[in-house]
Amino acid sequence: MASATNSLYAGRRRRNGIMMTLSLAATGVGVGWLVLILGRLLWEGFSGLSLAVFTEMTPPPGSDGGLLNPIVGSLMLTALAVAIGTPVGILAGTYMAEYGRHDRLTTVVRFINDILLSAPSIVVGLFIYEIMVAPMGHFSGYAGAVALAVIVMPVVVRTTEDMLILVPNQLREAAAALGMPRAFVIAKVCYRAAKAGMVTGVLLAVARISGETAPLLFTALNNQFWSTNLNQPVSSLPVVIFQFALSPYKDWQKLAWTGALIITFTVLALSIIARVLSTSRKQS
Amino acid sequence: MIETAGRRSVADIALRGEAAPMADAPSRARVLARLRMGDTSFRWLTKLAAIGVLLILGGVMVSLVAGSLPAWKAFGLNFVIEERWNPVTEKFGALAPIYGTLVTSFIAMLIAVPVGLLIAVFLTELCPMWLRRPIGIAVELLAGIPSIIYGIWGLFVFAPFLQETLQPFLIATLGEVPVLSALFAGPPYGIGMLTAGLILAIMVLPFITSISRDVFEAVPPVLKEAAYGMGCTTWEVVRNVVLPYTRVGVIGGVMLGLGRALGETMAVTFVIGNAHKVSASLIAPGTTISATIANEFTEAVGDLYTSSLIALGLILFFITFIVLAIARYMLLRIERRIG
Repeated sequence: MASATNSLYAGRRRRNGIMMTLSLAATGVGVGWLVLILGRLLWEGFSGLSLAVFTEMTPPPGSDGGLLNPIVGSLMLTALAVAIGTPVGILAGTYMAEYGRHDRLTTVVRFINDILLSAPSIVVGLFIYEIMVAPMGHFSGYAGAVALAVIVMPVVVRTTEDMLILVPNQLREAAAALGMPRAFVIAKVCYRAAKAGMVTGVLLAVARISGETAPLLFTALNNQFWSTNLNQPVSSLPVVIFQFALSPYKDWQKLAWTGALIITFTVLALSIIARVLSTSRKQS
Repeated sequence: MIETAGRRSVADIALRGEAAPMADAPSRARVLARLRMGDTSFRWLTKLAAIGVLLILGGVMVSLVAGSLPAWKAFGLNFVIEERWNPVTEKFGALAPIYGTLVTSFIAMLIAVPVGLLIAVFLTELCPMWLRRPIGIAVELLAGIPSIIYGIWGLFVFAPFLQETLQPFLIATLGEVPVLSALFAGPPYGIGMLTAGLILAIMVLPFITSISRDVFEAVPPVLKEAAYGMGCTTWEVVRNVVLPYTRVGVIGGVMLGLGRALGETMAVTFVIGNAHKVSASLIAPGTTISATIANEFTEAVGDLYTSSLIALGLILFFITFIVLAIARYMLLRIERRIG
């Protein structure tokens, strides 16, 4: 009897040991694999990093050059996308958290917004192609920026709503008791209280779009030359990486790695700043 | 009324500095009317923006349906079950991309779900406290890395590596087994559906890990402590208490990861090989819906070609919409339970 219980216990112990070892191994593999990717990216990217990358145009195959026009293009597209997507996103989030917190409309919008948040970005590209590129008759930076704005918006809506809901109701009640109209309560009290969180949302949205390639492929297209005209095709880092990486030319592939390094650094820096902002808010 | 330096009081802002005595009823009414106007218009502005979100989703659907209409007219529902994809004769069918999308996502989930859950178990049950935050943050940062990075790594590093090691090994060992031989037939190209599936697995791993960690952490400690108090091992606690309690949330997280995998474009486009062919072999080149669109859309000539690609986009949107809707519903349910 005693030996039977003991062997049962030993079996349970063994099974536990196996599963826990597996979970340790899974963590090791998961983290190790990602270290491998980032390590290779750093290795390949840094070896190609030089001042010329930031000061020269994309080269024709076989000659030296840099990534100046795609970097500038990406900055322009991102800035315009944020300028379009953020106000709309903040307003929609405001409605959901402040005016219609228990509305049917809010429930529906929240559901749809969550779906847009993880909808395939290439579909957004097709949508903008249909409504902007096809009617205008040519690819343009504006179309690219609008496509990115469609991706920015759900992120901002989500964080704005979440952050405004966290604002304590006492603040609203106190402001309302002073005779402030609702719009003022929101603009002067709620937005201020939720500012750090909302900025975090915008930063996360920028991080999200700075690496987006799929929606730009057939909206902003690409441009080998220096151009700041947003009514024309505009070059952007992700699309240039895509094109250069798939090319047979060694120096183009090298530039693709360097571009990938720049994007990764930007995204990581933005996420870290966003994280620092949101934790400092929690502590205060 | 308290005036602080550099900051005007609320009433001041409202009255825009006009000194309106309380007794002056008409101007007071004017101010109030203006405030009410501002309030109402702000309310409507926010409501319009909220409706705008709905309009965008509606717009996506309408534009995809409208754009793909010529393809549906030309091929009917056969579009979904035909394998041919011939731009020259303008005969298109979506079977190969749909098949590729499903197979690569299936491979990805097959690997990412168990590994992701095990990492979440490690993070919530085993990991020493001081290590939890760093690993947790690392996982979340990695979820934010753009997919094109995974793509370029897959193309230059992972695919050649697989071509030299894993694929010859699989062909040599499993290629002899009767049923499995079909799955690993053909030469090792490096690129192909297996490679794409593996890259996708690495990509969705952080999503699944971070959501399951969040729902695991939401299990009331009392439940776990009671199980431990009865003498359960860690694995038994996970298996019999944590997993049943969080099942709905875990499924939601998995579906969210699946939604990502189905719609993922860049990571796959680099390594899939873009071959419009349904083949049983996992190491053969294939294509997915998103890779086809990314590769061919700008070069598509002719309305029918473009329209067929948009029809592919519509199918992708339809599939991911359903998967994501289920995911959100599941996550909503567990949120409600946790309260």
